[in-house]
Amino acid sequence: MIASLDATLDFQGQALLLRAERQRLIAGNIANADTPGYQARDFDFARALRAASGAARVGEGIAEGVTGSADARHPTLHPGLRYALPAQTNLDRNSVDMDRERAAFADNAVKYEATLRFVGAGVRTALEAMKAPNQA
Amino acid sequence: MSMLRIFDVAGSAVSAQSQRLNVVASNLANADTVAGPDGQPYKARQVVFQTVLLGPGQRGADAADPAGAGAGVRVSTLTESQAPGRRVHDPKHPAADADGYVTYSNVSPVEEMVNMISASRSYQNNIEVMTTAKSLLLKTLQLGQG
Repeated sequence: MIASLDATLDFQGQALLLRAERQRLIAGNIANADTPGYQARDFDFARALRAASGAARVGEGIAEGVTGSADARHPTLHPGLRYALPAQTNLDRNSVDMDRERAAFADNAVKYEATLRFVGAGVRTALEAMKAPNQA
Repeated sequence: MSMLRIFDVAGSAVSAQSQRLNVVASNLANADTVAGPDGQPYKARQVVFQTVLLGPGQRGADAADPAGAGAGVRVSTLTESQAPGRRVHDPKHPAADADGYVTYSNVSPVEEMVNMISASRSYQNNIEVMTTAKSLLLKTLQLGQG
């Protein structure tokens, strides 16, 4: 019982860390919307989470999830981080698409909150299980 | 805690955009000036943005991009437009030259207004990023309560 709860909490914890990481990346993209030459970055959440939870070593999962897998186009610069292709060409070579970033930001915020609730529910379940039967 | 770095990233963007607004205000205010203190007509100014990495523990470090670094913004340089100033034939004007022409600043009010709208939208976007990050962090703080 405790082991399965622990596994759930661990998985959701990794997901939460990755969501926070992605939120920070998108914030960086939005901040650099007017910077000449800036390339918008993002990572494949499903792949990063698979890498993070598959590694299943505490403390190493998150780093592997974000940086571990190689990127075909920029293998040395930001392994695991991908560069967005510009939706429209522009002269200053900035590839931030504000509509896409805003949508990704809102989407990620909602999913962060959802993960937060999953963690919260796991904690409440554990607390409930620890209570003596007559305390219900 | 990567969520906390969002405030650094969005904060740097807000301060860069406000600097841009400041320059736009100064350009618009000088759209009709004839000569500055140095005897030259005012030249339109423009900020140049640059990405700055906000690494863990080291603000503004230009080290190789670690995955944990946030991509902030700073104003790297201020450039002056070298376009020729607007010349108007007005021999009665006290600042007129020998041919009767007065040289005004080279500010284009239309460009400045567009610049202002863009800066203001970017500012709003970054404020919203901070608001969202704040509400997510507050909810994270309440994790496991109630």
